[in-house]
Amino acid sequence: MPVAVETSGLRRGEAGRAGGDVRSDLHVSIEERASGGIEIDLHSRVDIYYGGSIRQQVRDVLQALGIEHAYVDIVDEGALPFVIAARVEAAVRRAGLADGKSALPEAVELPPPSAKDRLRRSRLYLPGNEPKYFINAGLHAPDAIILDLEDSVHFAEKNAARLLVRNALRAVDFGAAERMVRINQLPLGLMDLEEIIPQAPDLILIPKVETPEQVSDIVGAVDAIAKRNGLNRPIWLMPILESALGIENAFHIAQASDRVAAITLGLEDYTADLGVAKTAAGAESLYARMRVANTAHAAHVQAIDSVYGDVADSDGLLRWGEASRAMGFQGMGCIHPIQIEIIHRAFAPTTAELEKALLIVGAYEEAQAQGLGVVSLGAKMIDAPVVQRALKLVARAKQMGLTSGGES
Amino acid sequence: MSIGVATGLVTNAVGRRVPGMVNGRQQVPYEGVDGHRPTGRKAGPLIRSNSDYPTNGDKRVPDLEAALRLCGLRDGMTISNHHHLRNGDLVALTALQTAARMGVKDLVWFPSASFPCQEPVIELMKSGAVHHIEGSMNGPLGDYCAHGHMRGMGVLRSHGGRWQAVQDGEVHIDIAVIAAPAADCFGNADGSHGKSACGSLGFALADSIYADRVIVVTDNLVPFPCIPWQIQGNNVDYVVEVDSIGDPSKIVSGTTQITRSPDRLRISHLVARFLRDSGIMHEGFSFQAGAGGIALAFVDYLAHMMKAANVKASFVRGGSTKYLVDLLNEGLIGYILDGQTFDLDAVRSIARDPRHVATSPFTSYNFHGKGNFASMVDAAVLGATEVDVNFNANVVTHSDGRLLHGIGGWQNCLFAGCSILALPSFRDRIPVIVDEVTTITGPGELIDVIATERGIAINPLRQDLLDAVKGKGLPIRSIEEIKTEVEKICGGKPAKPRLLDNPVAVVKWVDGTVLDTVWQVVDDNPYAPKVSGGE
Repeated sequence: MPVAVETSGLRRGEAGRAGGDVRSDLHVSIEERASGGIEIDLHSRVDIYYGGSIRQQVRDVLQALGIEHAYVDIVDEGALPFVIAARVEAAVRRAGLADGKSALPEAVELPPPSAKDRLRRSRLYLPGNEPKYFINAGLHAPDAIILDLEDSVHFAEKNAARLLVRNALRAVDFGAAERMVRINQLPLGLMDLEEIIPQAPDLILIPKVETPEQVSDIVGAVDAIAKRNGLNRPIWLMPILESALGIENAFHIAQASDRVAAITLGLEDYTADLGVAKTAAGAESLYARMRVANTAHAAHVQAIDSVYGDVADSDGLLRWGEASRAMGFQGMGCIHPIQIEIIHRAFAPTTAELEKALLIVGAYEEAQAQGLGVVSLGAKMIDAPVVQRALKLVARAKQMGLTSGGES
Repeated sequence: MSIGVATGLVTNAVGRRVPGMVNGRQQVPYEGVDGHRPTGRKAGPLIRSNSDYPTNGDKRVPDLEAALRLCGLRDGMTISNHHHLRNGDLVALTALQTAARMGVKDLVWFPSASFPCQEPVIELMKSGAVHHIEGSMNGPLGDYCAHGHMRGMGVLRSHGGRWQAVQDGEVHIDIAVIAAPAADCFGNADGSHGKSACGSLGFALADSIYADRVIVVTDNLVPFPCIPWQIQGNNVDYVVEVDSIGDPSKIVSGTTQITRSPDRLRISHLVARFLRDSGIMHEGFSFQAGAGGIALAFVDYLAHMMKAANVKASFVRGGSTKYLVDLLNEGLIGYILDGQTFDLDAVRSIARDPRHVATSPFTSYNFHGKGNFASMVDAAVLGATEVDVNFNANVVTHSDGRLLHGIGGWQNCLFAGCSILALPSFRDRIPVIVDEVTTITGPGELIDVIATERGIAINPLRQDLLDAVKGKGLPIRSIEEIKTEVEKICGGKPAKPRLLDNPVAVVKWVDGTVLDTVWQVVDDNPYAPKVSGGE
């Protein structure tokens, strides 16, 4: 280790975490040097297998960032290459040495763009500064993953998490899951957008939205960055309503842009705003949830519920999810992969519901074919709204893959 | 002598170079799963006479030193212990330290497994009291051996292989020191009662039958008769009463916990689905699962599926935990054939439920017998450190060559109707599926299924299994496909560790032949994760 005297006046920066029970991350500290090239001190759990590869990668990243002389100390807990790149870049930037340059990891193939009305039953939250959960998140088959830059990331780590999330969007295969990012409130959120929009996320969650203007601001920023980067695929928005005012303005927020695909709500902040306790039964948020569900349908966007916080209580989650579906929500968040399957079960129509709906849809199609204005099933006439509900239910069941054999 | 230079190496039937001589004894290289057919008669214990034992049956002596002296302890003897007290054991170390204090040299320690609490045996090896260890080694003992510091070669055997080696006369035990949670003055001993209760004492059974001298050490002397007598006093020479044979908190865990790791839960769920969808989960089936996180979660998922399908298992083999006990109590399984008892609920169950049976490596695992239970099991769910594209698997060494685990019952369980290795596809960036495993512990022809979070690979030799799960919606993939995907994620193939051409231990197959060699480790990575515990 160089002594302090030698390094005085030279810039240094560090990023990442190591030690204790940290896995799949690394701690990087970098010190500027006047000459002597790059010197790397590596302490890695995987040194025997990837020591050479890590040293080479660090050199490549530093070269891309324009660093020629530096001392780099790394403690590595088995981080994957996209994490190493992000941490080295974060340390360099914190040292004030990056000079506007980036070092992007090798990209996986970009999945097809997502449809505005795609299934969004489950969205799995991944804390944006915890890389160990990223790589296998898609295997658990949520409808979406959310790389979170907001509440799960400490303020001091926002800039490092932003690079990690950027690299993950680029280098991690999330399977069929829609790739969502929850950004910070503006103006911090603008810096998030600068890094992540070029990596083509499918949807941006906007926190603590209270006015339609907040949505318009995001649309403007997203469009400008996308245009600058030649990006031509849809990036949907999901405003999160987390205050009494936000709930009151729900309809205008949902209508603020045709980019809004869904609205959702955050109950921790909402109950805090009301100054009431958040209970398991949720009576205090019933109005807000009903308002969001109704508003979403009025604005022709999806209604997405909050999360269920008790991971150990799968029965409670199932009941919450079923009640949520009954209120008109189409999905909710999950904070652990074991919640995904339960949520999918909760938001699926029951076999009896589906069978009945299929009969009605069959009768409707028969009536259409015969040019009849009245749909009847046996001796019973079916009202138009009943037909509409059946059509919606069958369409959603098809999206879930429930109409031709189920999944286990 | 330098063990590597003095031993000629031969290439065995899996293409591995193995020593022809180990610790002065001629070896048979591995000849294939069924290649080696032994002849002759089993080793026989010495004939004894009642005239030399007290007619009142009281075999107590004041202390371990007295017992060892009466057993004729001398230089070069082989001392054995069992590992049912796991990391709480006090007896094995005390026995060796007592022997060292008595001034003997060059002992061979022959435990059924070693644990981190026995680290001080290193001092005994340095001082010359202990020559070498024949038994599982990991943690500091494993590192001592892997770095070539041990004077003799380590010999790693499965639980069944240990019985085979004793019964076939490959290992002669001079003195067996058996820690007993309950015993009477005649030497009848039981593991399921007392403050240090550990459940089964099955690993000590061979030692009690074949050793020249047998000492039972207990902290719970009960009036004759000690019921049930898992160890028969008729095989026992001396009984020693001590204050404590071990630390109960480390002998059994209070509660065994199911993993909360999403990836491990996914693997467990896939394994349970595989058993259900392949039809292996049928009325009257049987399975084996251990006490690891994945295995426990697997049992939990399988139990739900068994209930939903109204299917019951006839028996379950292996390490027992609360989860298996619950299934027994619910009537979902007929019997637990217990090899090791891992938690308090299981210890209580084995003590009072006649359907929860203590078994031994003789009944469950021994390959040189008239069959064993392990091969009668429909499916066994096991772990591994590495597996190669030919399904050969490693369970004893880390990818860097260091000794990591004992073999335990792992090799023996490969003979189940369907052997499943359930493992994450990479750990700490290190891919688990490799071109060639560091140490072959199980030949690929016996390994049927590799279940990872990225999909399930079925051995092409098992077309029946491939057919059985076709169209069932399981993520069935080729092992090469999973390997390629993981190498891409991890940033290429891992580099191989540098190993010296000096054998430090051998891995025995279940029939006593030499399956592979553990080579001396060169590089020491001070930041490598510590390895600890386990058989």
